[in-house]
Amino acid sequence: MSTTTSLPLSFTTNPSPASWVRFDPDRTLHLAVGKVEIGQGIVTALAQIAAEELDLPLGCIRMISGDTDAAPDEGATTSSLSIEVGGSSLRLIAAEVRARMIDRLAQRLNCAPAEISVRDGAFLREGGPTGQDYWSLAPEVDLARPADGAAPPKPRASYRLVGTSVARRDLPAKLAGAAFIHDLVRPDLLHARTLRQPARAAHLAALDEAAIHRAAGAEIRILRRGDFVAFVGAEETAVQRAAAAAPAHARWEGVREIAPEQAEAAWLVGRPSNDQTVGDPPRTVAGEVVSATYTRPYVAHASIAPSCALAESRGGHLSVWSHSQGVYPLRAALARVLGRPESTISVHHAMGAGCYGHNGADDAALDAALIAEQVPDRCIRLQWRREEEFGYEPLGSAMSVTIRAVLDADGKPIDWTQEVWSGSHVQRPAMGGNMLAHEALPIPAPDPRPRDPTEAAGGGGTRNGIPHYAIPARRILHHLVPVTPMRTSALRGLGALPNVFAIECFLDELAARRGADPVAWRLALLEGHPRAARVIAHAADLAGWAGRPRGGDGTGWGIGFAQYKNRSAYCAVVAEVAVDQEVRLRRVWCAAEAGLVVNPDGARNQIEGGILQAASYTLKEQVRFDAAGVASRDWEAYPILRFSEVPEIQCEIIDAPEERSLGVGECAFGPTAAAIGNAVSHALGIRIRGMPLTRERIAAALLDN
Amino acid sequence: MSITLTVNGHAHTLALDPTMPLLDALRNHLDLKGSRYGCGLEQCGACMVLVDGEPVYACARELGTVAGRRVETVESLDTHPIRAAFIEEQAGQCGYCLSGIQITAKALLDRTPNPDRAEIIAALDKHLCRCGTQWRIIRAVERAAVALTEGAGR
Repeated sequence: MSTTTSLPLSFTTNPSPASWVRFDPDRTLHLAVGKVEIGQGIVTALAQIAAEELDLPLGCIRMISGDTDAAPDEGATTSSLSIEVGGSSLRLIAAEVRARMIDRLAQRLNCAPAEISVRDGAFLREGGPTGQDYWSLAPEVDLARPADGAAPPKPRASYRLVGTSVARRDLPAKLAGAAFIHDLVRPDLLHARTLRQPARAAHLAALDEAAIHRAAGAEIRILRRGDFVAFVGAEETAVQRAAAAAPAHARWEGVREIAPEQAEAAWLVGRPSNDQTVGDPPRTVAGEVVSATYTRPYVAHASIAPSCALAESRGGHLSVWSHSQGVYPLRAALARVLGRPESTISVHHAMGAGCYGHNGADDAALDAALIAEQVPDRCIRLQWRREEEFGYEPLGSAMSVTIRAVLDADGKPIDWTQEVWSGSHVQRPAMGGNMLAHEALPIPAPDPRPRDPTEAAGGGGTRNGIPHYAIPARRILHHLVPVTPMRTSALRGLGALPNVFAIECFLDELAARRGADPVAWRLALLEGHPRAARVIAHAADLAGWAGRPRGGDGTGWGIGFAQYKNRSAYCAVVAEVAVDQEVRLRRVWCAAEAGLVVNPDGARNQIEGGILQAASYTLKEQVRFDAAGVASRDWEAYPILRFSEVPEIQCEIIDAPEERSLGVGECAFGPTAAAIGNAVSHALGIRIRGMPLTRERIAAALLDN
Repeated sequence: MSITLTVNGHAHTLALDPTMPLLDALRNHLDLKGSRYGCGLEQCGACMVLVDGEPVYACARELGTVAGRRVETVESLDTHPIRAAFIEEQAGQCGYCLSGIQITAKALLDRTPNPDRAEIIAALDKHLCRCGTQWRIIRAVERAAVALTEGAGR
């Protein structure tokens, strides 16, 4: 009984090995997984796990990922769970396949299974060849029968592939040319673009179609279905020109306007909200109470590639290609909106640019599907425009985080309340959200029902809201504001970055009141948390923390720490900044610990990338609104960190192969933001509690001081 | 009206609207998908190609302006040391920015065979990478420079 409760979700949902692996006659292993490549290198790591467990050469593995016709349903690829859940499931499946094959051969040879071993896919008996391999035995072994998770995986000491920096499988094609969904070419292809509703419930009162045809400059069709408008044609240039011209030739009614103050996190405070308390019961202890409020504005995923989807309706079946994070949830959502059975829809994953969460991918898929239903027997290639991605992708919610702590006589927190005001962090179509075009249809979608992931799933606005420190009482008062000025949804780490920024900045403020060193202060609060203490000490050592500058003269060092979701990878970051009129992030040191690391270079790539992306959010990023919606619709209005702005990075992963694998993809986010926030404060001698730490905010803070 | 140009060493005559973006002509009429649409605004660099050896944003460059010129896309770099260097450094995550970046790296190394780090960063600064692989990319360009110099010295 105890094993079944601890089996990972992807395994329990897909217990039949045949849904994962197939030994093909060309001596390849066809490996099908539900987790998808979104830039994080997951297909490489999963291939390593399978090859390891089966003792196969990596080169014989052919992979398919994310396909409702041909791969297991592993839900969505989110929350740094692909190794923790997908990888551990695959390991159990592969162990089962290996065991069944060995049992069958042992039967044939009338020997004990323990006498049989595997090398490069071939079976040996007491070290000698048997003439049998996976492919020769495959016809005799039933891989469809569900596994029970009892087959023991290989001992870690015998690993030869897991734990090594195998090169990424996806990189050669990405460097060479066609690799992305954007590059797919199918027969009878037509290009398509949309005209978006400027806001929810806006109604298209008039559209000057003649003017749009003129702007297109070549033949296009204009399709309308309710307030959903699309431009379709054989020549991409023409549909792009039509779409670019269309907003000026459309008159909308019922467009709600956004007031300037709605763009700020502070606007959320006091709005109607769904409230919950997480953690310890209400405060009873007495003592000095200190509090501070930290904010993060709305931010964008800002994928380099605007979203894209392909769809075709042939013979009553709808095939969709999408860079969605979850092909099965997308299929379910499409079936609901289009009013057709799931069995008449296939969704195939194809790579897009890095998504960093819920961007326009699913919305584009519905756009393409709606057009394909109206234009059957053609392949519709729907491409969002840059201004469309910036203007209509779901945003990362603004957050306002107020911490109130009761201090003991030494100034240490003994009771901690983290009050969070936030919009939803997950409005995926499978989780109460609507795909954009759904709201434009003649029978529009019901209002979205925003809800956050449960605490068991890591929380949304509450993610990392409980500080990972030995504080006797810790709780979150979470106010989920269901109605925000713009649609919000999952963005890398959800609430973790704002929460960790708040916690770690506040800890530094408490340390400063006592004149304590920030590293020593943290370590003193981490009794009984040796893995956490170890990454902090390691990062401090890497940086040479003992020799950090005095601060207050424009150069500062800061530290930030978190265990992502309080259950995934541990990460500590030290940042060095120079602040003149703006912040120059000079150097970053990072130590992380993630248990057994499948691919160290892949993990380091994710952590380094997480540091730079988090630095970008912390220093530069804020979605700008005007009355009509998102005003920051290009890279000048929404700048991100550039080559000339990247700090030097030194990142070390602490080896802990005896521990289970912990997700690393998002672990550096909060610690990086916090380290920068603390470094800026150290440099200036004043605290800036609102992100991003731009020139304007620094000038304002200095003025206030 | 037809436009003649050389792309990756091959002459092509295209009967296309001269105001079509070069990017659309490359992707949809010459089946060269390596040059990518990112913004259409000359802001991100995903579409970068070489025209007579100079990096050019193909997204906003009209086809008619490259008549008679020599265009090189990322597909021309298959055997160039830049490609191997990016693999060696595992320089990429999502990879969408990489073809434009390879093109700019090619232009830099053609002109400046031994660039220092500051020169590399200055050349790449017109490119956006959202995944945060900038250091791997910078090291890949340094590695390619070394490979090219050593190759030339042999």
